[in-house]
Amino acid sequence: MRTHPRTLYEKIWDAHVVDRRDDGTCLLYIDRHLVHEVSSPQAFDGLRAAGRRVRRPDLTLAVPDHNLPTTPRRRADGSRIPATDPDSAIQLAALERNAAEFGIPYIDDASARQGIVHVVGPELGFTLPGTTLACGDSHTTAHGALGALAIGIGTSEVEHVLATQTLLLKPSRTMEIRLEGAPGIGVCAKDIALHLIGRIGIAGATGHVIEYTGSTIRAMSIEARLTIANMSIEAGARAGLIAPDASTFAYLQGRPMAPKGTDWDAAVARWRALTSDPDARYDRSITVDVAQVPPSVTWGTSPQDVVPVTGGVPDPAAFEDPARRALAEQALAYMGLEPGTPIADIAIDHIFIGSCTNGRIEDLRAAAEVLRGRRIAAGIRRAMAVPGSGQVKRQAEAEGLDRIFRDAGFEWREPGCSMCVGLNEDRVPPGGRCASTSNRNFPGRQGPGSRTHLLSPAMAAAAAVTGHLTDVRELTGNA
Amino acid sequence: MEPLRTVAGRAYPLGRPDVDTDTILPAAYLKTITRTGLARGAFEALRRTPGNVFDDPAFAGAPILIAGANFGCGSSREHAAWALLDLGIRAVIAPSFADLFASNAFKNGIVTVELSQPSVDRLTAVARGGTLRVDLETMTVTSSTSDAFAFTMDPFRRESLLLGRDEIALTLGSEAAIARHEASGVVEPIVAL
Repeated sequence: MRTHPRTLYEKIWDAHVVDRRDDGTCLLYIDRHLVHEVSSPQAFDGLRAAGRRVRRPDLTLAVPDHNLPTTPRRRADGSRIPATDPDSAIQLAALERNAAEFGIPYIDDASARQGIVHVVGPELGFTLPGTTLACGDSHTTAHGALGALAIGIGTSEVEHVLATQTLLLKPSRTMEIRLEGAPGIGVCAKDIALHLIGRIGIAGATGHVIEYTGSTIRAMSIEARLTIANMSIEAGARAGLIAPDASTFAYLQGRPMAPKGTDWDAAVARWRALTSDPDARYDRSITVDVAQVPPSVTWGTSPQDVVPVTGGVPDPAAFEDPARRALAEQALAYMGLEPGTPIADIAIDHIFIGSCTNGRIEDLRAAAEVLRGRRIAAGIRRAMAVPGSGQVKRQAEAEGLDRIFRDAGFEWREPGCSMCVGLNEDRVPPGGRCASTSNRNFPGRQGPGSRTHLLSPAMAAAAAVTGHLTDVRELTGNA
Repeated sequence: MEPLRTVAGRAYPLGRPDVDTDTILPAAYLKTITRTGLARGAFEALRRTPGNVFDDPAFAGAPILIAGANFGCGSSREHAAWALLDLGIRAVIAPSFADLFASNAFKNGIVTVELSQPSVDRLTAVARGGTLRVDLETMTVTSSTSDAFAFTMDPFRRESLLLGRDEIALTLGSEAAIARHEASGVVEPIVAL
């Protein structure tokens, strides 16, 4: 046990070490395990082959999200409309069967609670401060927004958690990212996250757990914090942590799986200690002056290819490293862009608003605010709004947001990962160019040959209205 | 897992940095409930480029891949490691790896060897015509042109690879410690849905 001042990461880590080997490898207890259909079938098969059980099905929650069609899933008579893709249908059926066989709580595809794992966990109160949480998905870092140590894992590790409720891990290095100041008009959490990744690079936090601190984070809503923590993996981080505070407790109180009554009071008393000690040392520390962060957008095929929306497409000749220059040239060729082109001159034909990064109610509100009373431009072939969960969808409908999206010419869909990952039918066609609130713009990410520009929900809505990448401030009269 | 001591033979001189797991295996191939047969989707987009190393008969069946920095970034899909395994790759040499990929590779008996960029550049050049040998016992990479580079590796991972260790069986050996942790009252109780 350490006696020196500790960071939040070290405190959570220490509290979960079950066993420590001489070489420093720790057996870390996992308090919460989220399971989805893509990264789990082989893990359950492994358990069956070895005759092993799930150690703590009660600490596990299974929910389908990646493959689910975002079209209706039940007929009027309540019978299931199967996924049209046979492989998707098989994978979805396997999750349902495995959850039943191993006694794992399961949220089915038509449940009001179904959604993207990283939206569902926080909104149910499954994700709690000070816990360790694992899921076979890289964007698991999102849950760190609530002060949980949340890490993405592969299928072999999913099997390890199912069988033992632990993971074999070595501690990561620590990195403080201090966000200070008030964001400018039209600047959201997504802009800050993109700007940060543009600055430190997609390997900038490899080997580290990030803790986000500073006045910007403190002032941020939990949903905005979820966006920031979610994008930690795009900087290469193992996890992204934000210390819980009054906003966190207010967000969690009354959620279905959050503690109740006197248990709640006791939990909050415990959670208040979940901060880094004043003299705690981080291996690295960087500060971002958030007032200087512009509305941002990606131009290339990596989340670090970030420019202000007021800027232009960079010239690969300006890259000193020959390998980087070659990559930039390939990125521009793939994206069909010329160096020096103003970002605002880039025409868009697809819009995607959703994903575990930006599929929550505040994201939909921000987009609807821009779309209210407006229509999508003539050149937009498809505009999709995909709520991150059934709860988000119902809330949006209660607020009349669905009407705003529909009136603007958007499709209003059922919840899931959708066009972010291109596993269901929601894909950008070859050569299509999408303004997307998702998290990755790798070649082919949203479908073979698709071209992706990552941006915030407000900026995606602005692009939908004008038909090209647009500074949202021009539509809100703040340019 | 089979014990792994050495990986020797031809090496794909891929060389490029920031190879993400969508590039290693696109999403279309994730809709499987098995671990096998994914080589057909490996590097699908790169393989559409004329003259790519994966379709060069000189490297057919090569057990080693040489790449640039930050190999395996992005999605946590273990399918990327399964696709490499299905191609016959048991060692990847690069200046650095994304954490998730390195972990997934190791769980599948693929050794990730970190060497400096100049060493990787040298081996990339050698690989065009020569052969390489990765020795996990001595922690060296040697080549048919007499290069020798030492690498370091997490001792636990190295031992696991050398032994072909079943990690779940190992952890189940800590049952008493896990049960003690659970009985100590520190596990955040769950409120059922």
